[in-house]
Amino acid sequence: MMNSSTYSDAIDNSAAGHPVIRTENVSIFYGNFQAVRNVFLDIPKNKVVAFIGPSGCGKSTLLRCYNRLNDLIPGARVEGKITYQNIDLYDPKVDPVEVRRRIGMVFQRPNPFPKSIYENIAFGARINGYKGDMDELVERSLRSAALWDEVKDKLKESGLSLSGGQQQRLCIARTVAIEPEVILMDEPCSALDPISTLRVEDLIHDLKQRFTIIIVTHNMQQASRVADYTAFFNAEAGETGSRFGYLVEYDKTEHIFNAPKEKSTQDYVSGRFG
Amino acid sequence: MSSPNQPDLNPGDFASSEINYSVAQGRKVFGNVMTGLVLFCVALALLPLGSILFMLLTNGLSRLFTDFPSVFTELPPPPLVDGGGFRNAIIGTLVTCFIGALISVPFGVLTAIYTVEFGQGNRLSQFVRFCTNVLSGVPSIIAGLFAYGIVVLAMGTFSAIAGGVALSVLMLPIIIRTTEEGLKSIPREVRQGLVGIGATNFQGVFSVILPAALPFVATGVTLALARAAGETAPLLFTALFNQFDARSLREPTATLSVLIYNYAIAPYKNQNELAWAAALIVVLMILSVSILARTLTSRKVY
Ligand SMILES: Nc1ncnc2c1ncn2[C@@H]1O[C@H](COP(=O)(O)OP(=O)(O)OP(=O)(O)O)[C@@H](O)[C@H]1O
Ligand SMILES: [Mg+2]
Repeated sequence: MMNSSTYSDAIDNSAAGHPVIRTENVSIFYGNFQAVRNVFLDIPKNKVVAFIGPSGCGKSTLLRCYNRLNDLIPGARVEGKITYQNIDLYDPKVDPVEVRRRIGMVFQRPNPFPKSIYENIAFGARINGYKGDMDELVERSLRSAALWDEVKDKLKESGLSLSGGQQQRLCIARTVAIEPEVILMDEPCSALDPISTLRVEDLIHDLKQRFTIIIVTHNMQQASRVADYTAFFNAEAGETGSRFGYLVEYDKTEHIFNAPKEKSTQDYVSGRFG
Repeated sequence: MSSPNQPDLNPGDFASSEINYSVAQGRKVFGNVMTGLVLFCVALALLPLGSILFMLLTNGLSRLFTDFPSVFTELPPPPLVDGGGFRNAIIGTLVTCFIGALISVPFGVLTAIYTVEFGQGNRLSQFVRFCTNVLSGVPSIIAGLFAYGIVVLAMGTFSAIAGGVALSVLMLPIIIRTTEEGLKSIPREVRQGLVGIGATNFQGVFSVILPAALPFVATGVTLALARAAGETAPLLFTALFNQFDARSLREPTATLSVLIYNYAIAPYKNQNELAWAAALIVVLMILSVSILARTLTSRKVY
């Protein structure tokens, strides 16, 4: 276990406004297979960064490194350095559970807990040591996920009774409730209808005030609508013939979509890929 | 012709191919014969259950009714005395099963939690799973021998406790298996969600995953109880038998199954009748517990 007081000291002392997360020469392996190669990427504070790229280029793999979710995959290994608020996330002294409390995650498939709507939100807050007014926190979190009006009369009902779009917003509310600094979203809208998708995108705009957001998406319009910065990844066959993903280009979203420097980016964002 | 909600379609758009083609007669006959054969086999498979129930009802029911409620409230009579009941055996069965559950439920549930949630396929959990399989194949008389060795000899007396220990050995693998199944039924996404909000493994398992798997655990416990309620061999030399009420858990205790064993082979008509009535009670107990188990499983979340 890490010493949690030194951890928070370090965070408080860190300079505001600088990259929250730095990715320095990161390569990620599953056993002997190299999934991601030599990525350098800085995530600025209170911005939305989109990861785009063809399937299998390692977007999810990289995203999962930021909250050490890859630890749960046997054989997964990270080389290089990822720092969060100047702390090396893969330092042996760092407790992964602590990391995940500060860097929350919303998954591709909505995954509410089999508990009441209220408990879905209260549970995360409680285990993270929230001592304040729980009713107030639940309401605030549901409001910030634009879900309050739809569920305020049925907080006791199971979270599983909601529609897919509502479930996904519940999962966002649950993540917001633990007050992380960064929220990772892996294709959060891929299971949603267009209306719910727009609501989640609006939500991301609002959340940007308080959180730094990294979102993986296959939807070009979505990336251009929500992201301040966009990172384009591609996959390429290496010397041994196995495909590895790498970062092609990372820039302001409008640059990526209107004036990309690389030809492959141009091809991908204009739909002429492959 | 077209209604407002439908696109204009030409009559030709609908396939009008003939469907009155004929299947070869032989194929039809073969199909019918095979269906009949299958139904016959089903009936044959249900025959033993049906005849057991029939025999129990014809032999046991009358005694239950004529002597109601004394079979439930009185003690077994001495030989050649009429009437009587087996309240001590009913209580004894409930008590030994309860002791068995008290021991096997916590161990079983925690073992399953270890193998599924914490061990996650490591050497130890594989070994434990192997042992569970072996344990479920252990003959029940061996479980009784075990309890005899560690409880009866140590306490110096036959007792409900010894019977409970013997039963717990038999209940343990059932509870471990069903709990494991329940835990595995919780989708991976939920586990990811738990990790995503910074829950430790322990917090996740005990506040979310185990509660969601509870219907399975309850099913396992009821199935184990149903199994234990009918066991005779492990009780023969652990709980033994008692003509009277056991005054404590440290005394020989009558149970329904041992009572059936003793009285069914006794040379007295009254005792034989009591054995039939007790057999009916045991089967009804097991039946109702199984139905309870079914309704519990149907409440599952995933
Ligand atoms: N758990 C795993 N074990 C082994 N290899 C994996 C694992 N997860 C992903 N990979 C491999 O790593 C590579 C990158 O996968 P990843 O899921 O990160 O791609 P992605 O960019 O998120 O794709 P998509 O857009 O389809 O979600 C793929 O070649 C994949 O086969
Ligand atoms: Mg992915």
